[in-house]
Amino acid sequence: MCIAVPAQVLSISGQEAELNLQGNVLSVCISLVPQVKPGDYVLVHAGFAIHIIQEQDARETLSYLKELEDFAKQ
Amino acid sequence: MQNNENILRLVENIKNKVTRPVRIMEVCGTHTMSIAKYGLKQLLPPEITLLSGPGCPVCVTDQSEIDLALELSLLPKVTLFTFGDMFRVPGTKGSLEDMQASGAHIHIAFSSLDALRYAMINPQEEVVFLGVGFETTAPTVGVTLKQAQQNNINNFSILSLHKKIVPVLENLSSQKDTLLDGFLLPGHVSTIIGKAPYEDLAQKWHKACVITGFSPEDILTGIAQLLKQINSENFEIGLQYKRGVAKEGNTSAQAYLKEYFQTSDVIWRGMRLIPHSGLAIDPHYAFYDSCIRFSQQHPPQGKTQPPEFCICGDILAGRKNPPQCLLFGKDCTPDHPVGPCMVSSEGSCAACYYYGR
Ligand code: SF4
Repeated sequence: MCIAVPAQVLSISGQEAELNLQGNVLSVCISLVPQVKPGDYVLVHAGFAIHIIQEQDARETLSYLKELEDFAKQ
Repeated sequence: MQNNENILRLVENIKNKVTRPVRIMEVCGTHTMSIAKYGLKQLLPPEITLLSGPGCPVCVTDQSEIDLALELSLLPKVTLFTFGDMFRVPGTKGSLEDMQASGAHIHIAFSSLDALRYAMINPQEEVVFLGVGFETTAPTVGVTLKQAQQNNINNFSILSLHKKIVPVLENLSSQKDTLLDGFLLPGHVSTIIGKAPYEDLAQKWHKACVITGFSPEDILTGIAQLLKQINSENFEIGLQYKRGVAKEGNTSAQAYLKEYFQTSDVIWRGMRLIPHSGLAIDPHYAFYDSCIRFSQQHPPQGKTQPPEFCICGDILAGRKNPPQCLLFGKDCTPDHPVGPCMVSSEGSCAACYYYGR
């Protein structure tokens, strides 16, 4: 349940940001990462960005999370 | 898998490092899933025993806490929001899913803000958010409380069953029969709290500790780093999951934890009361505390007993394995879970049922 998934910030408006999560647009709260900028990658947990992460790390993380997710659904 | 060679190299490195039998607890439910998925137990040398720890918030929620949520969901005017993970967990008189089927107003939320938004547009209802999770999740609830306050929302409250990970790990370390050598510490709890709160595990309890990510490479690297600490008896808080954790953690999130929560003594499933291991709503925000609003006691001590024969507590403490439970795979299956370790896909019993251990 403590899983957090990486996504890229598309735009920011107040405390909300639109993110690109594997092609889906998602709106999350950014109050926990006030320094975030459009273009950054963040880890998202329960509708909140909780950590800014490097692009390369985000890509790697996505690939194994995808495998884990498929596994959990089996 | 793309990185087979890399995996084999990491396993070889572990084989070279292991000098005696060691017991390592993977604290996070996502670690448990990843270990099962990639068959890591089968790859590791027999000297290494991996135990699933208390790091799935659903699994450690006590039955009496679930009963408290069920009770609130049945009160007039109440609409209860829960994360999907908690929906099917059985309490004494059924699950939230059962309550919904018999007419209670229960919604599944992706975020605590979903519940707040619902409260804003439905002022005639009493909206309760069932707050479950560790330090990863609790700050998000803190932000939601701040927004509730800023918007003068009066029909919203939190049933805070949040828990802290460090006190339970210290509690397990203090029990002689758990015989643990080290911990693969959880990645995303550490994203928030950083390294410092774990310090006593290494210094006082002499446990090897490495904050570890979730890919098979992460986990194998974490185990190798643990072995290095165990061999040298030089215990410290290692940080393997550097891409997701800053040494100092997320200080904004820590500020929300500090402002909106206070530590409390709570029950962990099968482990009884652990002092200072809960995160209750801070008294300054009592107005938003469901327990106070609806005059309920938390923790609801001694009110209910866990299901007969369920050994979730011993499993979460690493003392027993799921197949040692009399109900495992017979009366207790993922379709008809008796205890929460079978409900959550991250639970030890469910992982064992699906993938063997
Ligand atoms: S198999 Fe079911 S009853 Fe037995 S310990 Fe696991 S969850 Fe509890």
